[in-house]
Amino acid sequence: MSDFLGRLRARALTRRRLFATLALGALLTLAVCVIALMLSVESDRQGRHLSWLGFAAFTSDGLPHQLLWLRITRVAAGLLVGGALGGAGCALQALLRNPLAEPFTLGISSGSALFAVIAIRIGLDRWLGEFGVAGAALAGALASLALVWQLARVGRHLPPATLILAGVTVSMFCSAASLLVQTTADFTEISRMLRWMMGGLDGRRLLVVEGAAPPILLGVAALWWTSRQLNALTAGEEAAASVGVALGRTQALVFAVASLLVGVSIALGGPIGFVGLIVPHALRALLGADHRVLLPASVLGGGALVVACDLLARLVIAPAQLPTGAVTALLGGPFFVMILVLNKRSAGMWEAP
Amino acid sequence: MAWYVERMALVSLDDVAVKLGRREILTDVNARGEAGQLIAIVGPNGAGKTTLLRTIAGLLRPARGSVRCGDVDPWRAPRRDVARTLAYVPQQYRLAFAFSVEEVVLLGRFASQHGLGMPSDADRAAAHAAMESCEIAALAHRSFDELSAGEARRVVIAQALCQGASCILLDEPTAAFDPAHARGLFRMLQRRCEDGLLAIVVTHDLDLALRHAASMWLVAEGTLAEQGAPADVLRSERTARAFGTALHLGVLPSGEPFAVPA
Repeated sequence: MSDFLGRLRARALTRRRLFATLALGALLTLAVCVIALMLSVESDRQGRHLSWLGFAAFTSDGLPHQLLWLRITRVAAGLLVGGALGGAGCALQALLRNPLAEPFTLGISSGSALFAVIAIRIGLDRWLGEFGVAGAALAGALASLALVWQLARVGRHLPPATLILAGVTVSMFCSAASLLVQTTADFTEISRMLRWMMGGLDGRRLLVVEGAAPPILLGVAALWWTSRQLNALTAGEEAAASVGVALGRTQALVFAVASLLVGVSIALGGPIGFVGLIVPHALRALLGADHRVLLPASVLGGGALVVACDLLARLVIAPAQLPTGAVTALLGGPFFVMILVLNKRSAGMWEAP
Repeated sequence: MAWYVERMALVSLDDVAVKLGRREILTDVNARGEAGQLIAIVGPNGAGKTTLLRTIAGLLRPARGSVRCGDVDPWRAPRRDVARTLAYVPQQYRLAFAFSVEEVVLLGRFASQHGLGMPSDADRAAAHAAMESCEIAALAHRSFDELSAGEARRVVIAQALCQGASCILLDEPTAAFDPAHARGLFRMLQRRCEDGLLAIVVTHDLDLALRHAASMWLVAEGTLAEQGAPADVLRSERTARAFGTALHLGVLPSGEPFAVPA
């Protein structure tokens, strides 16, 4: 099986393989979504057991129907959050020529977490509801993006090494600052802050999900449209420029769109870690490095992973719930170590040229 | 008319100066490259050969003077237009992720593709022809980062060839080659130049440059110190001074010229 895949990905991508791969990916993602919609844990006198909602809920009225709609909102939020993180992670790794690059290593997440913590501290969430914290998180992501961009830019270029350096610096500063804000907060505020920082998809209203969908779908489409440039960029800036990539414009576009995706996804689901790192990494090993297939596959894979993790978060200690971000991190950590151990040889490529 | 077109300068540098940081690496560079020429750039280490090549490729901004390639200014023109006239093979080529050889070669077709850029039949044919002439057709489905240094080099040269540009710049292409492949590359370039390509090659392989190049530029003392027929340049006083040793030029029994440090 792996031999077959190896021979397949050694050949240049064809339209047929692209469509077949994406159709299969979409089908798998759909299957995960259907399971997440239908499956739940019920408690009765015999104890807890899994129950299946059934497709009749689509047409019926009453409680099953309402339950289904709540879950559709939640699954849609999971798909959007995961798709945005997977796509942004994939694009950032190509842009920075570094498989370790993701929203969290670039300071975007810490910046938005800082803004969200401040918003909770000054009571913006009581005043504006969930839009208050979401808006602050988005603003934080974009502000830290602008800062990192300014710090890292050299002339019209964006060297990967300075970008990661700037990202780590901003990230550490923002973490320290948000700890500082937390020490001044009272007990209920701190618990709300912690809850937000663990990331979760429960209780999202359809209105918020609908608001997040257009920017995420547009952003993902824009990244897919630049996947040819991303392929060329993996050979470095000068090599990309000499085959005809408009370097400055492409780097600015990819960085801005990826940050917007991350900002919106954090606003929607809080900081959900590891998805942007693991999903492109695992799929690259499976499908090859061509971003024309890898990028949309990472979007689908990220969406499916977050929906699946959210399902686990809902089921494991039902009727209570785990934070979704904790589940992705708990599963993601060991999985990432496994990839590292299996690919020690190719991991040697990490020394930036 | 055909004669006139053939003799028109494809690459021209007028009073060019280049700075890296504050240091002026090259001053007062004046040179012409015509379609159909194979030009060898020689000179001691650190003289500025690569800097000159990168300036022609539009990757460095000339501090003074003008660089033209065809009808574009390589520094100012959109990279896509530059890529249609100029192909550049850098000294180092490293990929962050594992692409296959065929995929790397097809990257050379970037400037002639649109949108997602799924390779067309014409793209595949061009890539295949380029791989054939670089003797890497058998490696097409291997992973690029498993190749030896010499093989990887030939892949990047194939990528530049399938770009379809009228001028190709190569930075020490034969550095990792065995003698047979080094000679094979120069022969292949010479053949392509007879069909109208302009090739500008930075090299330390003086024998091969002497045999195959139509013209030679010596980069030394911060400028283009000598240019002319390879034998004349290699015999000159300034070349001897630049390399710190005179060169002995002779003719092999087969009739081929050679150059060795005296």
